[in-house]
Amino acid sequence: MSDLHSQTVAYSRDTMLPPVPPPRREAGAVRWLRENLFSGPLNIILTILAIWVLWLALRDVLPWAWRGIWNAGSISECRTIRDQLYGEGTSAACWAVIRARWQQLVFGFYPASELWRPPLALVVFLLAVLPILFADLPRRLLWLTAAAPFLIVWLLWGGPIWGPVAVALGFGLGWLAWRIVARAGGPLLGAVAAILVPVLYWIFVDAPLTAALARILPIGLTPVRSSDFGGFTLSIVIGLSGITLSLPLGILLALARRSEMFIISKVAVIYIEVIRGVPLIVWLLVAQVLLNYFLPSGTNFDILLRVIIMVTLFSSAYIAEVIRGGLAALPRGQYEAADALGLGYWQAMQLIVLPQALKISIPGIVNSFIGLFKDTTLVSIISLFDPMRMSSTIRATTEWGGIYWELYIFVAAVFFVFCFAMSRYSMWLEQRLERSHR
Amino acid sequence: MTDAALASAPPVSDEVAVQITGMNKWYGQFHVLRDINLTVTRGERIVICGPSGSGKSTLIRCINRLEEHQSGHIVVDGTELTSNLRNIDKVRSEVGMVFQHFNLFPHLTVLENCTLAPMWVRKIPKREAEATAMEFLEKVRIPEQAGKYPGQLSGGQQQRVAIARSLCMRPKIMLFDEPTSALDPEMIKEVLDTMIELAREGMTMLCVTHEMGFAQAVANRVIFMDQGQIVEQNTPREFFNNPRSDRTKLFLSQILGH
Ligand SMILES: Nc1ncnc2c1ncn2[C@@H]1O[C@H](COP(=O)(O)OP(=O)(O)OP(=O)(O)O)[C@@H](O)[C@H]1O
Ligand SMILES: [Mg+2]
Repeated sequence: MSDLHSQTVAYSRDTMLPPVPPPRREAGAVRWLRENLFSGPLNIILTILAIWVLWLALRDVLPWAWRGIWNAGSISECRTIRDQLYGEGTSAACWAVIRARWQQLVFGFYPASELWRPPLALVVFLLAVLPILFADLPRRLLWLTAAAPFLIVWLLWGGPIWGPVAVALGFGLGWLAWRIVARAGGPLLGAVAAILVPVLYWIFVDAPLTAALARILPIGLTPVRSSDFGGFTLSIVIGLSGITLSLPLGILLALARRSEMFIISKVAVIYIEVIRGVPLIVWLLVAQVLLNYFLPSGTNFDILLRVIIMVTLFSSAYIAEVIRGGLAALPRGQYEAADALGLGYWQAMQLIVLPQALKISIPGIVNSFIGLFKDTTLVSIISLFDPMRMSSTIRATTEWGGIYWELYIFVAAVFFVFCFAMSRYSMWLEQRLERSHR
Repeated sequence: MTDAALASAPPVSDEVAVQITGMNKWYGQFHVLRDINLTVTRGERIVICGPSGSGKSTLIRCINRLEEHQSGHIVVDGTELTSNLRNIDKVRSEVGMVFQHFNLFPHLTVLENCTLAPMWVRKIPKREAEATAMEFLEKVRIPEQAGKYPGQLSGGQQQRVAIARSLCMRPKIMLFDEPTSALDPEMIKEVLDTMIELAREGMTMLCVTHEMGFAQAVANRVIFMDQGQIVEQNTPREFFNNPRSDRTKLFLSQILGH
């Protein structure tokens, strides 16, 4: 029976059709070009226009970059070489400045003999986040993750190993206080003890203990001052600390904001609105100037630490808002199912709510992180030597006075590589987590 | 089928599973549940029906404290539901619930959905929890789907997973809130069959449903609610053949389609 027939007459199929593979798409570059670039008059005009604009932009830049001179000790030497090679007045980049000064751009004033330490710290950091990023790895590795912050701080700033060890001990004491007091006097008292005990310990016991241990067993690295940090090391230290600290803080803030407890949610709202409502640059100035007024005189609170704290607090407000969006996107049924199964609040958050909410929030979170990383260049206004300020410093020397494009292009390129990598990672993560929702 | 199902079911004991006395609930000014009194004994199978908005869901959600009642008492398996969090957790781990929209966890596989609560609430070792989960997945006849994600299953399969997930906690009481009303007709039967089997094994069940065939097959008692009140309760036979109140008659005539 023909199909045409079937539309007019009562019909019942007597043979079922077997499945056939879908028609193969035409492939090939020509087809792609026609479909994407030359499909109609408007498209053709736009394509030609775009090619023309590209040509305008690149016709001078590409030869300039390509001719670039890599071996020279100063800008005047660069110019001499250029004149010899290409003739007087030809434009050619002087990449030699990056060869000559890459150490400053990457490590700032970090002691030349200790340059292995920042990269090693970065490796430790990457190893430490592995068990968090990949849930399949054995859980025991999380102990390494817990130890990593202290190891990283020690590697970067040096000094006797006992400093970080003594600080870590404070966290251990806090945990112990929580276990003991919470069991005896309830969670509220436990929380108070868990905060009070380590704080008291850090104020009164930490320093003498460190000194005593260092006398008995002097193991340590050459100390490096925070003012010696600079260039991309500085950006990465601030950026990665900010990223790793602001994510948990942002999660807590987002949960607090959605909390049913009035005080907690209002505190979170006020915190988020105040932090977001003021430019980061102002907060950095606050970190530089004002914090000294609030702290007891004589305490020398490391400027880099202050900046990291400020950047973390700032970024956590943004992260909190992004995650709040993810939390709101979860159907109420998920919370109800978790409740009905008898999961506690924190279990439900950890196992059901956050995995889904964070997945939804990944693009926003990574967006915030990229912003945070680039914003680390703002620390130049409080006299820290971020890559931009380092470039200016290099330009102020007699050898390299008058150079600028080359340095800025280099800084831009390095930032771009990092940010692009983050963006790609987030896309990969999104795809990997893509699970068929209802 | 009615008689066979009831005959093979274990006898209803006189142990009390759920006792609700003088319970009232308001949403703001709106009085949703009014003076509810209900005793469910162990092994009893109760079907709750009534028009939309009559408070059926709210009532069974009060039993595991997804909703809070404002006056009266609810005692579940000997534990009174108050604001005491420990009691609430205890009751929730003894009471299973199946939702209209399944509410499976989409980021976990079927097996993980089933092992999550036993492992984290009951602290059962993973291997044992998985064995139990497979046992119940077999019981709802989808063991072959254990490795899939909920989004890859049909509605009927998802609901059976949801039932298995609840059963993995080995609950003493099961609550069902319109478990079949989000399903296509051909899937309703597979879910109802699972529930009938559960009833045969003597599970205490409170079931909000409009599947009157199911009510006749397995219920000991049918409860009819309207405007937040229990208007009529009776054995299924009496309820369907001799409805007493006019509201019930009207409701039945609408739902049975004559
Ligand atoms: N969170 C809430 N806030 C305010 N009113 C609510 C809320 N939840 C339910 N209600 C109201 O309470 C009444 C009872 O709702 P409930 O969901 O218990 O009805 P139901 O009998 O289950 O109806 P249905 O058959 O449509 O599911 C309805 O009028 C509903 O509008
Ligand atoms: Mg309902």
